[in-house]
Amino acid sequence: MVTNITNLGRSGLSDWLVQRLSAIILALYTLFIVGYLLFHPGLDYATWSGLFGQTWMRIFSLLAFVALSAHAWVGLWTVTTDYLKSTGIRLAVQTVIILAIFVFLVWGIQVLWGA
Amino acid sequence: MSTLQVSLYRYNPETDSAPYMEEFQVDTQGRDLMVLDVLHMVKEQDNGLAFRRSCREGVCGSDGMNMNGKNGLACITPLSDVIKKGKLTLRPLPGLPVIRDLVVDMSLFYQQYERIQPYLQNDTPEPAIERLQSPEDRDKLDGLYECILCACCSTACPSFWWNPDKFVGPAGLLQAYRFLADSRDEATRERLEELQDPFSVFRCRGIMNCVAVCPKGLNPTRAIGKIREMLLADAT
Amino acid sequence: MSTMRSLTFDAIIIGGGGSGLRAALELAKSGKKTAVLSKVFPTRSHTVSAQGGITCAIASSDPEDDWRWHMYDTVKGGDYIADQDAAEYMCSEGPKSVFELEHMGLPFSRFDNGRIYQRPFGGQSKNFGEGGQAARTCAAADRTGHALLHTLYQNNLKNNTTFLNEWYAIDLVKNADGDVVGCIAMDIESGEVVHIKSKATVLATGGSGRIYASTTNALINTGDGIGMALRAGFPIQDIEMWQFHPTGIYGAGTLVTEGCRGEGGYLINKDGERFMERYAPNAKDLAGRDVVARSMVLEILEGRGCGENGDHVYLKLDHLGEDVLSKRLPGIVELSKTFAHVDPAKEPIPVVPTCHYMMGGVPTNVHGQAIMPDSDGNDQIVNGLFAVGEAACVSVHGANRLGGNSLLDLVVFGRAAGMFIESALNEGVEYLAASESDVAAAMQRINRWNESESGETVPELKRDLQDIMQNAFGVFRQEDNMQKGVQQLAELRKRIDNAYLPDKSNTFNTARVEALELDNLMEVAEATAIAALERKESRGAHSRYDYPDRDDVNWLKHSMYFPAEKRLGKRDVNFAPKTVDMFEPKVRTY
Repeated sequence: MVTNITNLGRSGLSDWLVQRLSAIILALYTLFIVGYLLFHPGLDYATWSGLFGQTWMRIFSLLAFVALSAHAWVGLWTVTTDYLKSTGIRLAVQTVIILAIFVFLVWGIQVLWGA
Repeated sequence: MSTLQVSLYRYNPETDSAPYMEEFQVDTQGRDLMVLDVLHMVKEQDNGLAFRRSCREGVCGSDGMNMNGKNGLACITPLSDVIKKGKLTLRPLPGLPVIRDLVVDMSLFYQQYERIQPYLQNDTPEPAIERLQSPEDRDKLDGLYECILCACCSTACPSFWWNPDKFVGPAGLLQAYRFLADSRDEATRERLEELQDPFSVFRCRGIMNCVAVCPKGLNPTRAIGKIREMLLADAT
Repeated sequence: MSTMRSLTFDAIIIGGGGSGLRAALELAKSGKKTAVLSKVFPTRSHTVSAQGGITCAIASSDPEDDWRWHMYDTVKGGDYIADQDAAEYMCSEGPKSVFELEHMGLPFSRFDNGRIYQRPFGGQSKNFGEGGQAARTCAAADRTGHALLHTLYQNNLKNNTTFLNEWYAIDLVKNADGDVVGCIAMDIESGEVVHIKSKATVLATGGSGRIYASTTNALINTGDGIGMALRAGFPIQDIEMWQFHPTGIYGAGTLVTEGCRGEGGYLINKDGERFMERYAPNAKDLAGRDVVARSMVLEILEGRGCGENGDHVYLKLDHLGEDVLSKRLPGIVELSKTFAHVDPAKEPIPVVPTCHYMMGGVPTNVHGQAIMPDSDGNDQIVNGLFAVGEAACVSVHGANRLGGNSLLDLVVFGRAAGMFIESALNEGVEYLAASESDVAAAMQRINRWNESESGETVPELKRDLQDIMQNAFGVFRQEDNMQKGVQQLAELRKRIDNAYLPDKSNTFNTARVEALELDNLMEVAEATAIAALERKESRGAHSRYDYPDRDDVNWLKHSMYFPAEKRLGKRDVNFAPKTVDMFEPKVRTY
């Protein structure tokens, strides 16, 4: 077995599963948003804000953000291990990626529950 | 007289600082020869040309090479299958270190094969005769055991190019599944444990170059899918 | 050459095919320091091309089957110059070896009851020829050799055998007592020449079909072991006996298994006639290979051959149906399409007898120990030298091998040699070390090639050799033609002795390997020619127009070719099996 400590689930199987489950969540979320926009052609700020004011939508959105974070990490981790052969550069890039994902996630939560 | 232009990858570490392509003219007399025949004709012009060959009938797996951009066995590939614009371009299998001309160093490929413990494991005391196996169970090995270790698939696989030391590659995984699928093998759990990391199996991205080039018509991608199913069933 | 590196092993096995790997497995399990030295990665060895199966009385298709029946078939098939003690050993030990292979994982095809599938092959009978056709050949579809070789390689990996892959053995090293104490070998990748010291040197180098222009054999089958033995002065037995397989694909020479006829296929001439009914009324297409091959040549010579030039016949399989073809003969379908451009489900395959197997080889006992007759004709063991598989002549195949007996020979005698060497090493063997001049003697021929400055090159010389053999020593032979062939070979030898190796580089120099192989082809060809000329009778695969009958008075004997004098002697055939009555020579009909 090839050992790795920087991937998400420490196992290829869990990474693989996370990637696919998160993809399903992201697909559903995207479909919902696109559908919502189509059914509300004259969308104004109040309606949009109202949608995100509801708890279920906040939970759904948070789920999508978490799914996006996990999906992005698994995907980008794979890309870095494929193409960045120098350990130092790879670790640095991975650190930047994980920090960015963390920042975006916290920021997303703040957007959802703030204001 | 019908001459074929052959462009050959040449590299001899003793005399060349870098590899280069060399042009040869071969008189095929209009026959639809196998690529290996053409190589033998070139070798008569240039004794120093190095390539591997043995059975010349597609079962030993020696002469895997890249012919006009596609991996295959020179001995069972007729010119009519590969010729583009009247020219034949031959290069070594991609992604492995070149030893000389068309001969590549296959150590990494063999190491990945050895890593999957490619032998039957069964600790139950052997019966006085053979172990019984139903024809249905035996059928599950078809499409798996026929692999000839020519490396055409693994060296056509981008995932193997990027991580030849960690990703088992299509050939090794086909054999891993050959033993997972064998009703006589008892090491299923141990085999799966060895494969669950992010690289060994999961670096396969379903590109399916392996299926496109396999000279024996085997399907490593399907075998990899089966391994994933087994891993999932075992872990959930 | 004092700078030459040396490696030391308890046993060195030269050749990574079925017999070599089986011997190595036995030794690796015993913990002896063993190495397999092979000029190709082991699974590229010619065993991989064996198709139809491994013949053995495992009593699967017929619960009443008996190894004695198999032994009878083997002795009769060999036209009574198979050693009966050896045939007895092979046929009685066979089931154990086949079951071992299955336990190691060989993916045999199966009957509905879960036992190993067996198919009929040529020359097989029940009840000592009285009970009709037997089905005794254990098969993994039509890829049995591939399955067997890979299984053996895999189990050697499991047991941590040391492999020297892509190394080429150049010559044997003998000490002052004449014992074999190792060899000189070259690492092909680096070109480094190394002295390998060993208490047991096993020749598992396979056959030499490449002495003929048309052969089913792989390009690597150049008789390296035979060449080494002959150059070291050891005799070779029954080397005139070359099997021509009835069904090589016309033009390409690739093999089409006898299993095709075992599954119900048959040969037809240009009139669509199933001609084997005339030549072998009982066994028909499943007569001995020598019989079928001769019948085919006669059909062709009498103007009933197929094709524009009437120079081949057809193997008809279409009546078997796609199901049988895809399940039992998938590899044949593939090969026919590739090399004959024919789909056997629709059209017959054009076939012609093609050189296939060398019955002769280094004479050995059942333990694989090489034998050399002393001046009184008594068998003497050659210390340190062993041979197994096609390179050996135990002799279980006599003058004609039965289909499926080759794979059995490999595993039974590979195993036997491994076991014997293990116990011999345990008891302790000490031979005189090789002196510097002993090593220098073994270096002679590679030095000659390396120092060659001009002359003819290898490809043209090889072609000439193959043409001579094809023309004068084929299915049918006759005195004047063979005389001419022997003479031509003598001239060719001089040319080869002065041949030129243009490429002297070290890294993976295949030209150098081919030059060294040419020397071996020359040795085998010359031995074959002289032995064929001297055996003045027709027996098994050796068939002469001028001596059309078997001569049991003078030639119920092995032939022994002695390289120093280029002389053919005789050696007694063993008629003393240990547990059964011997089989008296009878007229051989099918």
